Amino acid sequence: MAVDTERTTPGTPRAPRRTGGLRHRLAERGVDRVLLLLVPALLVVILLFLYPMMYGVGLSLQPQKGGGMLANYRAFFDDPYQRDTIWKTLRLALPAALINVGVSVPIAYRLRGRFRGRRALTAILVLPVTLGTVLVADGLLRYLGPKGWFNRILLDLGLVDQPVRLIYNYWGVLFSLIITGFPFAFLLVLAYMSGIDPTLERAAATLGAGPWQRMRRILLPLLAPGLATTFVLAFVLAFSVFPSANLVGEPADETRVMAIAAYQSAFEKYDYSMASTIAVLMGAFELLVISVTLLVRGRLYTGPSAGGKGA
Amino acid sequence: MTPETVMAGERRAAFDHLRLEGVTRRFGSAVALSELDLRIEGGEFLALLGPSGCGKSTALNCLAGLLPLSAGSIWLDGERIDGLPPERRGFGMVFQNYALFPHLSVRRNVAFGLSVRRVGKAEIRRRVDEALALVELTEHAGKLPGQLSGGQQQRVAIARAVVLRPRLVLMDEPLSNLDAKLRVQMRTEIRRMHQDLGLTTVYVTHDQEEALALADRLVVLRAGKVEQIGTPEEVYTYPSSTYIAGFMGYRNLLGLPAVTTENGRVVVGEGAFRLTGVPQERVSGPRAVAAVRPEDFRRAGPGDRNTLDVRVEVSEFHGREVAAEGVTEGGHVIHFRLPERVAPGERIELAVPVERVLVFAGTGAGTRAGTGARTGEAAGPADAAGPEEA
Repeated sequence: MAVDTERTTPGTPRAPRRTGGLRHRLAERGVDRVLLLLVPALLVVILLFLYPMMYGVGLSLQPQKGGGMLANYRAFFDDPYQRDTIWKTLRLALPAALINVGVSVPIAYRLRGRFRGRRALTAILVLPVTLGTVLVADGLLRYLGPKGWFNRILLDLGLVDQPVRLIYNYWGVLFSLIITGFPFAFLLVLAYMSGIDPTLERAAATLGAGPWQRMRRILLPLLAPGLATTFVLAFVLAFSVFPSANLVGEPADETRVMAIAAYQSAFEKYDYSMASTIAVLMGAFELLVISVTLLVRGRLYTGPSAGGKGA
Repeated sequence: MTPETVMAGERRAAFDHLRLEGVTRRFGSAVALSELDLRIEGGEFLALLGPSGCGKSTALNCLAGLLPLSAGSIWLDGERIDGLPPERRGFGMVFQNYALFPHLSVRRNVAFGLSVRRVGKAEIRRRVDEALALVELTEHAGKLPGQLSGGQQQRVAIARAVVLRPRLVLMDEPLSNLDAKLRVQMRTEIRRMHQDLGLTTVYVTHDQEEALALADRLVVLRAGKVEQIGTPEEVYTYPSSTYIAGFMGYRNLLGLPAVTTENGRVVVGEGAFRLTGVPQERVSGPRAVAAVRPEDFRRAGPGDRNTLDVRVEVSEFHGREVAAEGVTEGGHVIHFRLPERVAPGERIELAVPVERVLVFAGTGAGTRAGTGARTGEAAGPADAAGPEEA
């Protein structure tokens, strides 16, 4: 580069300065040798993520039974048994994500300050993460089953005449998604909540705002962008539900989610092309919900959540 | 909410007096504020002054209702208010970090208290406009707090508190995050606003200059207890202890034995060094502390009686005068100010009026006072003061 510049403008005293200037201009845009550190990560992303994904998209466009590139997609939407999986998945993932975010807010609000036992309480709330879906499903089967504690208590109290059916159906899966998804949502909301300067609420109180007004006018608007992000992550987590839909759900009917449909195509019918199609569609629906959420988030205030300088 | 205007200039306060009775606040076993008794008159500007950790912010938060009391009570005229939550006390507060709502525009920040109280739209608009004009931020009304400078944010915080015409305005070191020039400017603005609006104000600061400039009355706190209450003139001229003397700019706190006491004068000194002063309390025993302000020294002329010789060590040019540090024969460090330049190493004779040498009783404070003064720490006086003065 430097050699080139010198050759094109020989003898002018400006030449070296100009190359220096270019380097500075590039550095200002973040282009320098430190960028090389990104290479390993890029390689991993390309080899382990981008390539398989593109391969899957390609595969979905080559139907086993022929009929043109989009035959699989047409088949999926034409068959109500397959098409309904979209609704069945959304019906689980959307409420689960909303409940997890919604329940996290009051708990995080209470737990954000410093008090004795905060660590222990946080640990208990986060524990389900370490358990794994299978263990949670196992626990649910025992606890919510017809002879589980929950139903026995209801029966003993005389609240119901016969056991309530809470497993091997929609509710079992929803409970499982809430138990396993809550810790993630809670930790994120707690982090966002801790980022909000508590002086702001004190200021609002001295200005006459009661607890509800402070929540509605100060805390929630500042928290909303974080809640949107948390919702997106909680939703993605719940959307790809597979083990609990199988174990505590009714995988043949009520909780036949998209992941199960893809699994059946791949490993029961050995139609990898169709399985890829369903996987691509899963991604498309997730992206749709994420885009809508982020679009709404973009309209919110997303600046700093501290009250001023020197805080 | 009566539709009063912000700028009405009414000087009548909303209450006659506010009374704190034995207000105590403990954090665990630490006592932050110990049995504070205080009476604040309506319309008064009161400053709570003291170094960090003296309990002044605790007192303010207790007043605001942001901290529950451990003991004691707060009375507004006949009404007991210490059980009320902050939103029902009707006090305005200006926070040290301003605590502006970052997601609301300047206008909506100022309007916040009014809209919480469900004041009509037109009324809110008019009062917010007035408050913004008062702090000269009308053209910034649409901006977010993050787009304003520190001084502007500060003014928004003040406008937000006073737009409600609160019964009491509480200010928690509102100027401490501003640069020196802006601080002096805003100080004047706060004093002017108090004079115009007549809002009863309790102002917390660690800066004695700020407190002296603003307040009608000063309350100097130390370790959670009241050390002295008085007008700025009283506290400045007659500090009640070496601790307050140190806080009020008596940089020279000389620990010297008392030699003689007669006719309301006390002579302190050791070796050939003698200084005559006015005893502020019963001075007896071998140790006493002579407090002298640097600006009360002058170069001795013929006929001057109360004099001392020093060798100049450091001299700083301050524009109108020179601030210098010298050492006496006996090793005492003397801070003084003179109108003309002195050179390091020079030997000069200083004189000080007898009534400007305040002598306190002190034990073993001398050398440590000297050290404190030498490093110019605010904490110096706290170290210097003997335990029995508390």
